[in-house]
Amino acid sequence: MTDATSQRTEPFVRTDMLPEQEPPVTERGIVKWARENLFSSTANSVLTIAAIVSIYYILVSSMPWILNGVWNSASIRECREILEGATGGCFAVLTERWNQLLFGFKYPPDEYWRPTLAFVLLFVAAAPVMFFKYLPSKMLIFTGLYPFIAYWLIWGGPVLAPVFGLLGFVAGYLVWSRFVANSFAAGFFGAIAAALITWWVGGMITNAVSSGNTLLSAVPSRDMGGFMLNLILGTVCVSLSLPLGIALALGRQSDMPIIKWICVVFIEFVRGVPLITLLFVANVVLAYFLPPGTNFDLILRVIIMITMFSSAYIAEVIRGALAALPRGQYEAADSLGLDYPQAMRLIILPQALKISIPGIVNVAVGLFKDTTLVSVISMFDLVGMIRGPILASTEWNGVYWELFGFAAILFFVVCYGISQYSQWLERELATDHR
Amino acid sequence: MTTMTDPPQESFRLSMLLNDTRYRSYTFQFIALMALIAMIAYLGSNLVQNLRAAGLNISYEFLGEPAGYDINQRLIEYDSQSSHWRAAIVGILNTLLVAFLACVTATVLGVAAGVLRLSNNWLVRKLMAIYVEAFRNVPVLIWIIIIFTIMTAVLPGPRAFRGDDPAASMVLDMFAFTNRGVYVPAPVFESGFFSGAGNWLVIIASLVASLFVTRWNVRRADQVQEATGQRPNTLWANLAIWFAPLIVLCWVMGLTWNYPELKGFNFAGGWTIRGSLIALWFALAIYTGAFIAENVRAGIQAISKGQTEAAASLGLRPRRIMNLVILPQALRVIIPPLISQYLNITKNSSLAIAVGYMDITGTLGGITLNQTGRAIECVLLLMLFYLIISLSISGVMNVYNNAVKLKER
Repeated sequence: MTDATSQRTEPFVRTDMLPEQEPPVTERGIVKWARENLFSSTANSVLTIAAIVSIYYILVSSMPWILNGVWNSASIRECREILEGATGGCFAVLTERWNQLLFGFKYPPDEYWRPTLAFVLLFVAAAPVMFFKYLPSKMLIFTGLYPFIAYWLIWGGPVLAPVFGLLGFVAGYLVWSRFVANSFAAGFFGAIAAALITWWVGGMITNAVSSGNTLLSAVPSRDMGGFMLNLILGTVCVSLSLPLGIALALGRQSDMPIIKWICVVFIEFVRGVPLITLLFVANVVLAYFLPPGTNFDLILRVIIMITMFSSAYIAEVIRGALAALPRGQYEAADSLGLDYPQAMRLIILPQALKISIPGIVNVAVGLFKDTTLVSVISMFDLVGMIRGPILASTEWNGVYWELFGFAAILFFVVCYGISQYSQWLERELATDHR
Repeated sequence: MTTMTDPPQESFRLSMLLNDTRYRSYTFQFIALMALIAMIAYLGSNLVQNLRAAGLNISYEFLGEPAGYDINQRLIEYDSQSSHWRAAIVGILNTLLVAFLACVTATVLGVAAGVLRLSNNWLVRKLMAIYVEAFRNVPVLIWIIIIFTIMTAVLPGPRAFRGDDPAASMVLDMFAFTNRGVYVPAPVFESGFFSGAGNWLVIIASLVASLFVTRWNVRRADQVQEATGQRPNTLWANLAIWFAPLIVLCWVMGLTWNYPELKGFNFAGGWTIRGSLIALWFALAIYTGAFIAENVRAGIQAISKGQTEAAASLGLRPRRIMNLVILPQALRVIIPPLISQYLNITKNSSLAIAVGYMDITGTLGGITLNQTGRAIECVLLLMLFYLIISLSISGVMNVYNNAVKLKER
C-alpha cells in the first residue's frame, strides 16, 4: 500500500508559461488583411482580380507615356524627333506655353507678378475667414481691403478708383452705424445713398485727376485669360452671390407676398435654364437692354450673369437650412423682443449658415467648374486657351492629352482642396454629440 | 373700482409707414414693386430704343423661313430647305435623345459605383472613391472635350478599313468605330404595318401594354398572398408577358438587320452615331454617375443599422431584408437628388455646342441665331424650352415626394 503510494508518479504539471507564439501566418499581417479585405468571398476575389488587372493595364499604358515625356522642345515635330517613335508625352507644351495657360495670351508678361501677388494675397485674405478660430480677428481688416487691392493689382490703372470704391463702403458703414439705432430703414437707405454719393463724386475726381502715367499700367478686361480668368470669375461670383443668395432666401421665406413672389420667380427661372443660355444673354442679348451707346465689358456682363446664376442656387441651399431650423428658434428670438434684422443677424442666420456650409461649398465648387463654360462664348479661359490659340497653333497642333490632363489636374487640385476644407470645417463646427 | 378702457386710438401718422410693424411691410412691398416696375420700364425703353436704332423688331416669322443648313445627326426627316422651326424640333429631339441616353447610363454607373463604394473589398472601395473624386472635381466640359478628342483624333478614319490588309477592322463585322462616328447595324422591318417610324410606335405600344399586364399580374399575386399566405411565382409569367409579344411582333413585321458596309470612301447602311453624340453621352454619364454614386451611398448609409437588425429578428432573409426594408426606405432618400441629377444632365446637355452636336442650343441658339441675327427671340425660345423641361421634371419630383413621404398624423 505504502509502496504503491510512494511509487505513484507525480502527474505532469507545467510550472512555467509557454512562450507566446506568433499567430498562424494566415491570421496575421498582410495575409490576414488581404483575406478579410480582398478575398473574403468568391465574388470579392473576382472583383479584386478584375480591379488589379484594370489597374495594371492603366499603369502599363500610361507610365511609359509619363516617364518618357519630353519636357524641352519648341514644337510637336521636335518632340517626335526626340522620341524617335517611342511612346512618350510632349510635356514641352506646358513648359513653353505655361504663361498662356495661366494668364492668357494678351496679359503683358512684365506684369505677371501682379496677378500672382493678388493670388498669394487671396490666401492671406481668406485665411482669417477660413480658420477664424485660430487667427486673430484683426486680420479681417485685410480681408475687407483685399477686393480693392486685388482689383488694383490685376486691372491696374489709377489708384484713386479702388480707393474711392473703398471710401464709398466706409461712408455707407458710417451712416449705417449712426442711424441704425433710430430705425433700420433709415440706416439702410441712408447707407446706400451715402455710398452712391461717394462713388459718384469719386468717379468725377478720378476722371479729372487721372493722367497717363500711373503706378501700375492699366490692363483692359479683354486681356484677361487662362486659368487666371477662371479664378477671377469663380472668386468674384461666389463672393458676390453669397449676400445676394442670403437676401433671396430670406425674401422667399418672407411674409410679404410681393417680395416673396419676386424671389420665387427669379430663383425658379434661373435654376430652370442652363448657364449657357445665361451666357448667351450676356454675350448677345444684354446689350439690347442697356442704354444706347453704353459699352459694357464682356467680362463684367459675364460676372453679372454668373452671379445671378449662382445666387439662385445658394438661395435654395440657405432656404433649406432656414427650413431645417426648429420653429422654436424663431419664436425664441421673437420672445426676446428682437426685431426682424436683429433676429436674423443674431439668432437665425448664424445657425442656418452653419448648416448650409456643405451645400454652399458644393455650389461654389460647381460654379468654379462652370466658369469653363465661358470658352463657349469665345472668352479665352483655360479651356478656351487650349482649344483656341494653343491647339490651333502650328507648333502644338495635336498635343491633346498633355494639355487637357494639365487642365484637369489644375481644376482637380482646387476643387478637391475646397471640398476637403469644407469637410474639415463641418467637423470643426459640429456642436452636437456624436 | 377701476375700469379698463381701450387705449385711445392712435391717429395715423406718416412716420408709421416706416416705424410701425403693421404698416412697414406694405411700405417695403410698395417700394419693391415700384423698383421692379421702374426697372422693367427702364430696360423695356432701352430695348425699344436699341431695336429702333438697329432697325429691328421682335418677330417670330423667321421660324417659317428655310434654315439653309444641314444637321448630320437627326431623328426625323430634315434637309437644308426645311424651316428654322423644323431645325429647332430636330434640336429638341436631339437634346431629349442625349439626355435620355445619359440618364440611363449615369444611373447604371452611379448605382454600381455607389454600392461598390460600400463594398467590404478594400481595393474596389478605394478605386470607386478615386472614380468619384476624379470625375466630380473636374469640369464636365473638359470631360466632354477629352472624349470627343478620343472619338475624332484617336479612332481611325474610314480609309483605314480599306484594302487587302486594312489597318483597322470592324468589330464582329457589325460595328465600325471610325473618326466620323460609330456605325452600328440598324433593325429594318421588311413587312411592317407602316412605312417608317410607325413600326416603332407599334413596338413601344406593345411594351407599354406588357408593362400594364405585368403590373396587373403582380397585383394579383399580392392579393393571393394576402388571402392565402402563399405567393404564386410571377417571374416566368412576367418574362413571357414581356418577351412573347415582342418576338411575335418582330417575326410578323419581318425584322432584319441592315449592317454597315464600307462603300467607297465611307461606310453606308446601318445607323451612324456621331462622335459628338457619343462624347456628350458618355461624358455626361460618367460625370453625373459620380454624383449619383454619392447620392446612392448617402441613401444607403442613411438607413440605420437597427432596421436591418429588426428585419433579421423578424426572420427575413438577407435578400428580402434588402428588398422589403432597406431599399424602400433608401429610395426615399435617393430618388429626389437622383431626379435633380437628371435635370442637371438635361441642362448640361446644352454643352453640346462645344463639340458641335446639334441639340436645341446648337440649332436654335447656335446656327439659327447667327444666321438670322434674331438673338432675343432665339434666346427666349431656348430658355422657354429648358424652363418647360425643368418645371415638368420638378413637377414629377413633387408628385413622387408626396407619394413616398412619411405619413405623420
